[in-house]
Amino acid sequence: MAEPITITAPTAPTKPPSRFKTLLTEPKVLFGGGFILLLLVIAILAPLIAPKDPLEQDLMLGSLPPAWLDGAEPGYYLGTDDLGRDVLSRLLYGSRIALFVAVSSASLAALIGTVLGLLAGWYGGWTDRIISRIVDIWMAFPPVLLSILLVAVFGSGVHSVIAAIVIIDWTRFCRVVRAETLAQAQLDYITAARTVGFPRMKILTREIFPNIVPVLIALVSLEMGIAVVVEAILSFVGLSVSSDTPTWGGMIAQGRQLIHHAWWLLVAPLAVLFATVLAFNQLGGGLRRAFDPVMRR
Amino acid sequence: MIAISILNRLIMAAVTLFGVALIVFVLLRVVPGDPIAMMIAPGASPADILALRARYGLDLSLPAQFGVWLQAVVIGDFGTSISLRRDVLELLLGRLPATLELAFAALVVAVLIGGAVAVIGTLSRRTPLEPAIDATNGVLLAVPDFVWALALVLLLGVLFPIFPLSGRIDPTLSIDFATPFYLAESLVRLRFDIFLDIAAHMVMPVLALALPLATVITRILKEALLEAMVQDYVLLARLKGMSEVRLVLQEALRNAIGPALSLTGVQFTFLVGGTVIVERIFSYPGIGNMAIDAVINRDLPLIQGLVLVFGAIFIVINLGVDLLAAALNPRLRHG
Repeated sequence: MAEPITITAPTAPTKPPSRFKTLLTEPKVLFGGGFILLLLVIAILAPLIAPKDPLEQDLMLGSLPPAWLDGAEPGYYLGTDDLGRDVLSRLLYGSRIALFVAVSSASLAALIGTVLGLLAGWYGGWTDRIISRIVDIWMAFPPVLLSILLVAVFGSGVHSVIAAIVIIDWTRFCRVVRAETLAQAQLDYITAARTVGFPRMKILTREIFPNIVPVLIALVSLEMGIAVVVEAILSFVGLSVSSDTPTWGGMIAQGRQLIHHAWWLLVAPLAVLFATVLAFNQLGGGLRRAFDPVMRR
Repeated sequence: MIAISILNRLIMAAVTLFGVALIVFVLLRVVPGDPIAMMIAPGASPADILALRARYGLDLSLPAQFGVWLQAVVIGDFGTSISLRRDVLELLLGRLPATLELAFAALVVAVLIGGAVAVIGTLSRRTPLEPAIDATNGVLLAVPDFVWALALVLLLGVLFPIFPLSGRIDPTLSIDFATPFYLAESLVRLRFDIFLDIAAHMVMPVLALALPLATVITRILKEALLEAMVQDYVLLARLKGMSEVRLVLQEALRNAIGPALSLTGVQFTFLVGGTVIVERIFSYPGIGNMAIDAVINRDLPLIQGLVLVFGAIFIVINLGVDLLAAALNPRLRHG
């Protein structure tokens, strides 16, 4: 695509817009970030904003449709499940497990991957060869196999889910961080720092690492999207938290079972899951674009 | 030269499979919890328990267990499933064809949909349709097979109940199948009523598996097509008066297919991995659905067998992609 050439009169040099301002002009970041922020507030305030107790059963009020359909009961905005539990409240509480898994598994995977990636990219030689070899072998192992094995080994539960995600996905961070470190190490400011006699470890932590952070944030956002889906899948098949804790995956499983009696039980959690995954993806993609001068056009 | 290169790849594949077997074995021996404990009948004596442990080889040292197990696997003896009390190989062979039919059907559908959208996008460049296709595809790229499957349940199972929601075949229809490849067999035997019933059962799981792959194919292939469309040979063909549609299909597509192909191979392994959850959602009787039950029941012999079969499938796919790429690209043939 050829850019139209425009000639403008020379103006006084202005300060380039700050990174933060650039972010706010990126619609993907605004949409994705806004939704995630909202979700975070909901997760924290769930006990305050949920209209009902998510575990309270009332068989007299079982399988109520959402408020806008015939037969709805006031106060149950999204209806109830077969045990009479309020769908909206369960959905709000479900965001807690989803975000807990997303945040903890993505940050742990990022931590391991970043440390190893920085070391491999900066020190090179044997360090790099060993780490890169491990990453290659790791990535040759299909994620589905590894997750089946890991959940079989760890047993079910939310900590197993987090551990499985970290063990499988740290390589994503390691590869990107290593490549970024290699690229940064070629730049003049690093050569300058080395000439001046800055200690190597200090260059890595004080100079290189801060310049990798933006890419890292974008990756973490994408990883959180993956983690939310993995958690939903594992609670769908009953291998995540115990079945009385409200999770989106558990609600989806229930909705799938009762699909012919109460379709809304599937619609609500599926819509929320989809929106969350999309938001993390858009946020990650948008951040990557905003931070990457080449992609910014 | 070609023979040596193929031999090399075969040896590498065998080494990888051995590695998978070793990892599977080691991982599953550190499983906390004794699988025997679940099988003991109330009132079993310690001697009974020991006999049971000996029967499943759990009383030997670890390397000895691996040796015994590997020897057995090589001759096709995967042991006995603890939860289903049946021969693992027999269970696997009975279920694998259902998954293979599903995965290959999904691959074909993904290539057709992804390819068609990429060609339409290329033909409609510089019209409002192109950004619309790009934007839609960009959003759909984020949708995993799990979400597709459930969205299809709602759309084609409930809102427009056209296709059956679960299973592989209507139980009242069953003929005596000679092979477990129901779809292929019903076609060969010209039983179109049964073929259509099986195909109808496959529509939703196939779409759920195919659509994530289709969006990836669309993106990569369209990029490659757009690049090819500005090359000299396409310009020459255009000057000769070739129509736009033929330009894309005959000239550009031939050169754009290479990068799309190798990527499709890698993505196909993801598709096969996706059968695990998609089969679960549609109660489709393949090895993916079986894998989840095996994990829930902590059925170690079955899990080992399943992981090895999945590992072998992934290795065969990668091998196939390598060989296909070598066959299509003369420069790689001697590499």
